[in-house]
Amino acid sequence: MMFRTLFIFSLIFIPIKVMALIEVDITRGNLNPLPIAVSPLSIDENSKKNFQKILKKKNIGSEISKVVEKNLKTSGLFNPLNKDAFLQSPDIANLKPRFEDWNLIKAQALITGKVEFIDEKLRVEFRLWDVLAGKEMMALAFTTVPENWRRVGHIITDKVYQRLTGEEGYFDTRIIYVAEEGPKTRRVKKLAIMDQDGSNNKFLTLGNELVLTPRFNPNSQMVTYLSYFRNLPRVYLLDIETGTQEVVGDFPGMTFAPRFSPDGKKIIMSFAKDGNSDIYTMDLENRIVEKITNHPSIDTSPSYSPDGKFISFNSDRSGYQQIYVMRSDGSNVKRISFGKGLYGTPVWSPRGDLIAFTKLHKGKFYIGVMRTDGSGERLLTENFYQEAPSWSPNGRVLIFYRETKTDDKGEGFSAKLWSIDLTGYNERLVNTPTDASDPSWSSLLSN
Amino acid sequence: MKNLSIRNIDQGAIMKLNKIFKNAFLVTVACLFLSACATSKKSTGQMQGDVYTGKDTVEYLASGVPDRVFFATNESVLTTASRETLRKQAAWLRKNSKITIVLEGHADERGTREYNLALGERRANAAKDYLMTYGISSDRISVLSYGKERPVDSGSNPLSWSKNRRSVTVKAN
Repeated sequence: MMFRTLFIFSLIFIPIKVMALIEVDITRGNLNPLPIAVSPLSIDENSKKNFQKILKKKNIGSEISKVVEKNLKTSGLFNPLNKDAFLQSPDIANLKPRFEDWNLIKAQALITGKVEFIDEKLRVEFRLWDVLAGKEMMALAFTTVPENWRRVGHIITDKVYQRLTGEEGYFDTRIIYVAEEGPKTRRVKKLAIMDQDGSNNKFLTLGNELVLTPRFNPNSQMVTYLSYFRNLPRVYLLDIETGTQEVVGDFPGMTFAPRFSPDGKKIIMSFAKDGNSDIYTMDLENRIVEKITNHPSIDTSPSYSPDGKFISFNSDRSGYQQIYVMRSDGSNVKRISFGKGLYGTPVWSPRGDLIAFTKLHKGKFYIGVMRTDGSGERLLTENFYQEAPSWSPNGRVLIFYRETKTDDKGEGFSAKLWSIDLTGYNERLVNTPTDASDPSWSSLLSN
Repeated sequence: MKNLSIRNIDQGAIMKLNKIFKNAFLVTVACLFLSACATSKKSTGQMQGDVYTGKDTVEYLASGVPDRVFFATNESVLTTASRETLRKQAAWLRKNSKITIVLEGHADERGTREYNLALGERRANAAKDYLMTYGISSDRISVLSYGKERPVDSGSNPLSWSKNRRSVTVKAN
């Protein structure tokens, strides 16, 4: 399942230092995405034939460039130009672009590259060019097993994104989520995993029992989730590579709302007993369980700060569901949400400066962000029902799920994944083969 | 009369009326009058406040013993009608002392998934606590929250949601 061990990542060109004339500002909503030309990666006839045999793709060079193009477009920051307008052939462009030709079609940046079949492996090199300055901005090469060709496309996108925005990318990542099917009153739910762009979808459970809220550990090899196996709702741990599952802890009642600590050593979750839900942690090494909150209210949806020093959670101790922050030992509990409405599902940004949340106000659901002291609340999107935001590893994009209202006959229900930029722009449907909910975004796999 | 919940009637109004009608007979008349008002004003015949009072989804554990109780939005307080239903269940359980039950707690779809899991647990435990005060041992009762995962009514409207905010008593053996 995980290609990490097989993935050989080698850097053969040292990027030439140039003053970057192109800069993409990602701090505001980007209404003028950067025009970029993604030339198909050139490929020799022999390599083409070999890859066709292995991968059943006619031209793997242009397939990889399509992955890059789609990623760039989805980011909302780039406008990949139509290939029909390209004047220079891919192989020659990779040697030395005729900048005036690319300038003519208004490309400001250009990606070129080359694919080869060497020792049963896929070797890809690519270059990023600044068209206006007429200079190479970066050049890299990778060697990997042919089956990893899509990941190569994602890694190229990450490198380009990083070079042009100054921020780490989020394309070589995966999403774990709950795949849903069947009528609303008897939904069948399975754990599913896919690449960030929706490809390589795979179901991890069969749907025999209800499963909810999967979340990755920091290195994205393990998942913690809630399963109703034998009608006992408990937090489980799943190793994605081996498929082994185990119950987390030995609790005499429902455990739910699990997440990993940022070092991956603990699971934080709620345990419900006698009508009261409190927050607990369990150390995965020594199995020691600690009670973190102790209050007769509902305390749930805990999420650590990236440094592990704080925990945000939601509680109805004030009478209604609101967001609180406390130290990771449970001390110094402070309410941070004071706007109108109910607040839930706080999730700490990987950058540490913001908390994303779900808000219910006057019958509408919002996904929003606030600073960790509760100030600067900003609502990004409003809908009939949506919740459960999860951050991209660079903290720039949120993925969440949205449900539609049913009609008078109770029909027309759907649940889908959506993403939106932190800026509130670039709201997009994330395609999944079935209905979907409870998304969790992985870390960067190639790190 | 017996089924009338006074929760939704203005308590102040009742107090005033109590002062005016010192005579017990007159108070009874006043209650009847208020009951008529409450029905025409607050209830569609299926809801009182936002608590479901209809019978559409109700099943029976035995003749005259409804299997479920309903809750107001975000609440786990038992209404007068719920307590009456649970007393019937307790009487039935005392008569059938070998039966064990699962109390399944549910929430409507208008809340976040994790909070609703906790809310369903809280609702089922409210029912459990009440059954215990009527002599049913906790050994015979287990609690299972489904949160918003198993609605009985798939509609997206207040009446559907009221049917889904429930604790259902299910025979376990």
